[in-house]
Amino acid sequence: MAGRRARRWHIGVFLAPAVLVYTAIMIVPLLGTLNLSLFARGEEGRVFVGLANFATLFGDPRWSGAFWNALGNNAWFFLIHMLVQNPVGVALAALLSAPRLRMAAFYRTAIFVPTILSFVIVGFVWKLILSPLWGIAPGMLDGIGLRSLFAPWLGREEYALTTLALISVWQFVGIPMMLIYAALLSIPDEVIEAAEIDGITGWSQFRKIKLPLILPAIGIISILTFVGNFNAFDLIYVSQGALAGPDFSTDILGTFLYRTFFGFQLQLGDPHMGAAIATAMFAIILAGVCVYLFGIQRRLRRYQF
Amino acid sequence: MSVARRSMARSIAAHAVLIAYVLIALFPVFVIVINSVKSRRAIFADPLALPTAETFDLVGYHTVLRQGDFLLYFQNSMIVTVASLALVLLFGAMAAFALSEYRFWGNSLMGLYLALGIMIPIRLGTVVILQMMVAGGLVNTLTALVLVYTAQGLPLAVFILSEFMRGVSDDLKNAGRIDGLSEYAIFFRLVLPLVRPAMATVAVFTMIPIWNDLWFPLILAPSEATKTITLGSQVFIGQFVTNWNAVLAALSLAILPVLVMYLIFSRQLIRGITAGAVK
Repeated sequence: MAGRRARRWHIGVFLAPAVLVYTAIMIVPLLGTLNLSLFARGEEGRVFVGLANFATLFGDPRWSGAFWNALGNNAWFFLIHMLVQNPVGVALAALLSAPRLRMAAFYRTAIFVPTILSFVIVGFVWKLILSPLWGIAPGMLDGIGLRSLFAPWLGREEYALTTLALISVWQFVGIPMMLIYAALLSIPDEVIEAAEIDGITGWSQFRKIKLPLILPAIGIISILTFVGNFNAFDLIYVSQGALAGPDFSTDILGTFLYRTFFGFQLQLGDPHMGAAIATAMFAIILAGVCVYLFGIQRRLRRYQF
Repeated sequence: MSVARRSMARSIAAHAVLIAYVLIALFPVFVIVINSVKSRRAIFADPLALPTAETFDLVGYHTVLRQGDFLLYFQNSMIVTVASLALVLLFGAMAAFALSEYRFWGNSLMGLYLALGIMIPIRLGTVVILQMMVAGGLVNTLTALVLVYTAQGLPLAVFILSEFMRGVSDDLKNAGRIDGLSEYAIFFRLVLPLVRPAMATVAVFTMIPIWNDLWFPLILAPSEATKTITLGSQVFIGQFVTNWNAVLAALSLAILPVLVMYLIFSRQLIRGITAGAVK
């Protein structure tokens, strides 16, 4: 070895812009928020209270009841996404990536359209469609003689959360589809041809050849779904309002945080309790991500071509 | 059954499934658009009917275009989205390359640090961000939005791009080094073209939440001159909540630009994929 290696400045140059912007605009404000959770409003400005806000959040039955309700709803919201959105996304991508499929570009574009719509539009249109008064859904069910199946899905406690989760699935299924589609296309033709020569086609080709190769992409999607769902807020807010009705049955962590942070109706906003909830959300998400990074991602095999 | 007939049947089945799903995906958009060009009475009488000569009515669009400054809102949204997107892609790809290519002290720690931002919504820091923007005199400027959206988009871009860059062949990069290319040239001329499909994917995913965001425009740039289209249409819906013609027309207009932008990127995506396949 001829001496020590030269200093590798290029690593710093590559990293610096991203790290600087990210640290200044994201990490510093977030740490500021976590810091807020250790204070409370006192007689003169804010006073340091240590972990007292967390003691209130988990100890006071009024707060802890709302918190566990929101967490449970959030878990159900996530489960529906994992069971419906991701398998449907993978299936659509597998169909789309079939060689010589005509109109593949059209299908891909059309299926992704809901994902590009804003929550303002999605909330408004599904409320219209499912509305018992003007709604299109009752009329359509009537047309095929199933009128009795209709219920005001968004207005009933037992259905509202599931309905919203399915609307969210409808909106976001394009994301897993796109990522899996890109992963499937990056599989070299030689691999597929070799499989075909060995007589492995169709479903068994997908399961034995393609699926192992796209597992890292499926892993990414699962963790993105987890993070997205535990940060979700907008859809519930635009369709059910900050109170996440009926009777808090669609309340998830995001809406709970919003109500606490900014206040609603007669209750004043409490940035310190809000920050405590934000910190709890942060811990939940961090735990999930650690499980993925250290438990799952390391076991995935990557293949270079 | 012959092989050809079986593959024919399979292809018909694939088309049937895809067409069915396309109908589900587009139906609500279809409902908005057809009703936006119908008269008020026709909207309520038969929401699913196509507009006829009798029920065709552009009154909603007239109201929208008379009321708001929609062209300016479009322009603001466009500037913010394109500028943030360019910064996210450039900075994100650079950082992803450093993380996936080099072994250096603190590499995985840095990866974890940058990935943190995927899981925490930047909104949690809003109060502090607002204080910073006030201190910097950036309130009611598009720059404030661009900065926030760049920070918001970077973590996911770095995460996805470094995943993809790990798949780029080492032999190719080493061949470049032997030919005397600098590390910058290897990044810009060898690696970036190969991850173009991933870049297009990241572009689509970064662009959508920026375009559709309501939160930061409302808090950081609510002035008339800096309103984005999403904020503009939300304000509009609030004002015209019972005027369905106007609301549906505003929603149709809000869908259009993001759809066009998506179509542009989706063509880039196809080109990127075909270019990336040839090594």
